[in-house]
Amino acid sequence: MAKGIWVYAEVRDNKIKKVTCEILSAGRKFADQLGEELCAVLVGKGLAELAPGLGAYGADKVYVIEGDRLENYTTDGYTKVVADLIKEHQPSAFLLGCTIRGRDLAAQVAQRLNTGLLTDCTDIALEDGRLVFTRPIYAGKAFVRAYCPEARPVMATIRPNVLPVDAPQEGRTAEVVPVSADPGDLRQVIREVVRQVSTRPELTEADIIVSGGRGMKGPENFKILEELADVLGAAVGASRAAVDAGWAPHSMQVGQTGKTVSPTIYIACGISGAIQHLAGMGSSKCIVAINKDPEANIFKVATYGIVADLFQAVPLLTEEFKKLLASS
Amino acid sequence: MKIIVLMKQTFDTEAKITLDGQGKINRQGVNLIINPYDEFAVEEALRIKEKHGGEVVLVSVGADSVQEALRQALAMGADRAVLINPEMEEVDEFTTATILARAVSGLGYDLILGGWRAIDDGSAQVAGRVAEILDLPVVNQVTKIEIEAGKAVATRDIEGGNEVVEVSLPAVLTAQKGLNEPRYPTMKGIMQAKKKPMEKKNLADLGLSADQAAPKVKVLEYFLPKPRAAGKILEGEVPEAVAALVKALREEAKVI
Repeated sequence: MAKGIWVYAEVRDNKIKKVTCEILSAGRKFADQLGEELCAVLVGKGLAELAPGLGAYGADKVYVIEGDRLENYTTDGYTKVVADLIKEHQPSAFLLGCTIRGRDLAAQVAQRLNTGLLTDCTDIALEDGRLVFTRPIYAGKAFVRAYCPEARPVMATIRPNVLPVDAPQEGRTAEVVPVSADPGDLRQVIREVVRQVSTRPELTEADIIVSGGRGMKGPENFKILEELADVLGAAVGASRAAVDAGWAPHSMQVGQTGKTVSPTIYIACGISGAIQHLAGMGSSKCIVAINKDPEANIFKVATYGIVADLFQAVPLLTEEFKKLLASS
Repeated sequence: MKIIVLMKQTFDTEAKITLDGQGKINRQGVNLIINPYDEFAVEEALRIKEKHGGEVVLVSVGADSVQEALRQALAMGADRAVLINPEMEEVDEFTTATILARAVSGLGYDLILGGWRAIDDGSAQVAGRVAEILDLPVVNQVTKIEIEAGKAVATRDIEGGNEVVEVSLPAVLTAQKGLNEPRYPTMKGIMQAKKKPMEKKNLADLGLSADQAAPKVKVLEYFLPKPRAAGKILEGEVPEAVAALVKALREEAKVI
């Protein structure tokens, strides 16, 4: 019988991603209730030193798959080594973060293992001994609760920033199991990698997001949002209107045809609140709206609203936050 | 060059979602469109055909209503369409991918394009599963495609940047926003589309049984999110309102 809850440990810039810790924290509880092991799978090169630390977040065991040809992520290489290990050990569940890489890997592994995959889940529950996943559809305009009756492992990708992380247990370490694996034929050849240097957090993982819409009037004005974001350690987002106008790149778009985000604070500046934008940020814990149109739709969902010209309000807000953060 | 485009019909992005009497998603009166990401794939296929010659074949899984979306893509310039109606009560991504892969393998292909996800279920796994079934390399979320001598060179989104990935053809590539700006069908295109071949198939035509395509995932329930209560408008002159906002975030919402 399939046993063990497995979590894909995603690494960026030689650090375990927060979403991995979020999934481990949830996985720990289910592993205890089911009396199964919680295992992490770490794939790459020169990452072994990160493995024991996963224990602090709840992992009992960490499989470390390392190799020269695994230094860069390739769909083929990672799919093969992960799927091979799963075939060998037959865990009951395999969970990944719903990141660009997590999504890419999950679909391939799920099909190779002939199993079901629930993506972008916002909640997991254990009901009658089975894992039940909640996931948004229509970009959050509706939700579905679903499970995988027979095929194992059940697979799911979990949206970053929605599951709480338990405080790491200092001194708790995981058993590290090195795995020698053959990534096989890599049909994707990486010719070039371009990374924008940014000191800001990733949009989907940010705790605070400052976002601009049509009211920004031009690309040059995003500077005032960046200044606010820098004070708060926030990410900067944009509405579809701003992206379609060419003021911001698509990677910054929040909404049904962009990213779905759930930060603690979402500050919408000059955003009218079209239904497809609300779908992308409606699960934010606290929404702040600044718009000069008192009738703007965004005020219907905002926790706090200010009816004002954003060009006056945003710099003032930056100053107020500076004062607040300097005093605390 | 034979290019297959995997296409899905979805609700309009402006659609308001409600549940019907059975607790399922209400499809009545909803405006249907080509999944926007698939529309980028159709456009890219047409551009590749214009440059390198060949044929663009649309393949979709769904009910008869999907013909409308297929006609629209034919009007953009695709050559023909295949629609498979699974006539199954429940389907999941495994089902759809199994059917698409079978249909596509009967057609032959040099390149398979699709949207990286559909805006309805947003699961982003069907194209990847098709690639896996057909044993083809996949590159997801591409914003640029160059075809050179039996290869595709694609630029794909990665976290905090992008990378250029080369794959041999045939391959599966999925479109991200930014790949292109889809054309509008011309009047001539719309007239021509009416005469273009549209094949309708069922599972038996593909030699598949409902069992072989049976979903792996089972839905327990659909529900709508609790509507967000409108909050507080902070009144007064802007400097006061801003100060009140920061105070509220700290003391009332306790989020900073």
